[in-house]
Amino acid sequence: MTLRRRGLDWLLNAYAGLALIYLLIPIGVILVFSLNNPRGRFNFIWQEFSLDAWKHPFAVQGVGDALKTSLEIAALSTIAATILGTLTALALVRYEFKGRAPVNFFIFIPLATPEVVLGAALLSQFLNWGTPQLGFATILIAHIMFNLSFVVITVRSRLIGFDRALEEAAQDLGATPWETFRLVTLPLIMPGVISAALLAFALSIDDFVITNFNSGSTITFPLFIWGAARVAIPPQIYVIASMIFLFTLAMMLITVWQQRRAERMAAVRPDEPAGPATPPRPVLAERATA
Amino acid sequence: MPARLRRASLPYLLLLPGLGWLVLFFAIPLVYMALESLKTGTIDTGFRLTWEFSNYTNALKNYDKQFLRSFEYAGLSTILALLIGYPLAYVIATRGGRYRNALLLAVIVPFFVTYLIRTLSWETILSDSGIVVNTLRTLGIVSEDGRLLDTTVSVVAGITYNYLPFMILPLYASLERIDNRLLEAGYDLYGRRRDVFLRVTLPLSMPGVVAGTLLTFIPAAGDFINAELLGTPNQFMIGNVIQSRYLEVADYPTAAALSFLLMAFMLVIVLIWARIAGTEALLGTEGERG
Repeated sequence: MTLRRRGLDWLLNAYAGLALIYLLIPIGVILVFSLNNPRGRFNFIWQEFSLDAWKHPFAVQGVGDALKTSLEIAALSTIAATILGTLTALALVRYEFKGRAPVNFFIFIPLATPEVVLGAALLSQFLNWGTPQLGFATILIAHIMFNLSFVVITVRSRLIGFDRALEEAAQDLGATPWETFRLVTLPLIMPGVISAALLAFALSIDDFVITNFNSGSTITFPLFIWGAARVAIPPQIYVIASMIFLFTLAMMLITVWQQRRAERMAAVRPDEPAGPATPPRPVLAERATA
Repeated sequence: MPARLRRASLPYLLLLPGLGWLVLFFAIPLVYMALESLKTGTIDTGFRLTWEFSNYTNALKNYDKQFLRSFEYAGLSTILALLIGYPLAYVIATRGGRYRNALLLAVIVPFFVTYLIRTLSWETILSDSGIVVNTLRTLGIVSEDGRLLDTTVSVVAGITYNYLPFMILPLYASLERIDNRLLEAGYDLYGRRRDVFLRVTLPLSMPGVVAGTLLTFIPAAGDFINAELLGTPNQFMIGNVIQSRYLEVADYPTAAALSFLLMAFMLVIVLIWARIAGTEALLGTEGERG
């Protein structure tokens, strides 16, 4: 019996291990093939080790500009969406007001809408408005739009587990509402705001489908790859992907480490395995975690 | 303004910018797309609103294959992702120990690489003289001139891969929340491991299953990147049709009609699924029943 049980345990762990490998293999392939010196236009078959692509990552024409455009749009849309989304989340969690439930629902709909529909609908509007030129501005509008719901949901999940007594204490001590917000509320929800901003940045820099509909002749990094993929896949594409990957990984580790430190220092939230856990909101909260 | 009135209007002021953005660039575009879907004409003669409802029936008739294929691929990928993801989420949640966070990081690592490049990486992995195809040929699973790229297999594998983290994260969240004392109670009542799993763990993880399947299915059904990069026109899904009707053929009415049909089908499927699995699970209110 115990033997069988142990066998089952082992089998389950092995299965989970394989699933994890499935998740990681493509990343490994990208890292390895960024060091390839492929013959021909497609980076499909391992030929020989080479650092050339890493030495000249922007040697492929246009890729540098595309990356720059992507970074600019990601930065701007992140700032705008984070501010608008945080305000919305504050309103939704902190205040009882008429129409809160429908607003909550309305903010959820974009998340449940296929990207292709979001992009197509926005293009319909721009065409009907006769927007003179699709390009940087229309991409930015689109990115703020699809980032907003993600920010609201991420910040909201942080606000829900938030102890209001702290704000009341500040007000009892004579703080104005603005001071209370700046000195108490904002620092406490900051981890949520930062994760929302990181998420928005990642989504923006990654977006292809919605951008593709509203880009006009402006080219972002994903659009560049899309255009290039039909003609050739130079190793430089994998090099830049590897760079973004390593950078994101580093950012992620730093944020996790900082959040932990901040939480240890503030120790505002008690360890919560048995505590009054935040209400489960699977559909919403977890997508945001991604 | 009296202080009371100012307090009452504060939530609306906070909501205004974010909500306004979503109304302007998400809700109103849907209205424009609805109008677009009822127009007739061509890009040269211009489109006129003629309330042409047959656009819908024609679109459905002409692209029924792609619709069916989309739901078939998305359904298949969702099932595969559940089969791959559940054991992994279970192992991380119950046996992760202090490696839990590191393992979770590994689950979201694929998101650190641009979507398109992740998919290109599968093109490298499954390519005709790649290691996978060669191995399978040696083993006789794939015939000598058989291939994986440009088949249903590669497209479904790509979709499954790309949305797998969306499945794992909600599963993990709901498995991790399960109170250990409930499992102990099960064992104390002489439940066998299988019984405890089937009658305690699995039902309690249903919110995660519902959230995960929806988060996988919705974007998968609207996806066109995997079919485009890993498949041929024989694998094209409805997303491919919408994007080419919009951006390549400029047949806006058909594309708009297809977008709405996709949304409608999606809504029906989500509602049916919610009915089967329970709305509490969908909305995340199951904790309130005590």
